[in-house]
Amino acid sequence: MNIQLHYTVSADDFTRAGEASGAVKAKLKQLGFRPDVIRKVAIAMYEGEINMVIHAGGGVADVDIEADRVVVVLTDQGPGIPDIEKAMQEGYSTASETVRNLGFGAGMGLPNIKKYTDDLIIDTEIGKGTRITMTVLV
Amino acid sequence: MTVNELKTALSLETLVEGDGTRDVTTGYCGDLLSWVMSRADAGCAWITVMGNINAVAVCALAEISCLILADNAVLDEAARARAESEELPILRSDRNIYELAVALSRLLPS
Repeated sequence: MNIQLHYTVSADDFTRAGEASGAVKAKLKQLGFRPDVIRKVAIAMYEGEINMVIHAGGGVADVDIEADRVVVVLTDQGPGIPDIEKAMQEGYSTASETVRNLGFGAGMGLPNIKKYTDDLIIDTEIGKGTRITMTVLV
Repeated sequence: MTVNELKTALSLETLVEGDGTRDVTTGYCGDLLSWVMSRADAGCAWITVMGNINAVAVCALAEISCLILADNAVLDEAARARAESEELPILRSDRNIYELAVALSRLLPS
């Protein structure tokens, strides 16, 4: 099995964030993946989507589904992450007050992605953008 | 117990009917979405004041059985529409989060 999916995540549109991860969740369910695997992928991808909406003006999501793994690559042309070590700490957040009022900005985005994936690679360059590659093993 | 049984036992107002046959095995309280997503167990009833579309998305992604709005918190229209399409039951009470959690814990096996 090798299925590839591609989604565009719109900028500053919190009402649509979650559509891509929701669609991937439905697809994995349809393909018969285990519920715990589906939950991990869905949560990690949603956190990534929200991060792109909050910080990067949106981006794209590429999903590669294979029998033994699901790989999600999120690519944006945002400002980049200045201090990855800090960004990986639970509770560290640079989100705005508006974003916090929506219930986001708890400083849990990247920590959650790490928690729910088996492998996480963050490529980031200041002023150029960020690419996050997350793998969940089946 | 099912969402429908819980609704009756706690005298909750129904905002979105959804799939009331879902099982509720535990509860979770909180308003920070990422926090909830990372810590709430699948199959829980989530008690919160967050009635926006993102809260509904969190329920769907984290397999939360139902959303209970405490303190008569507002459910916005986009959230209602999304919950209907996801068949997510949304219930409401004038009681606060603490009171609802206490009442819920008396209903669920420890």
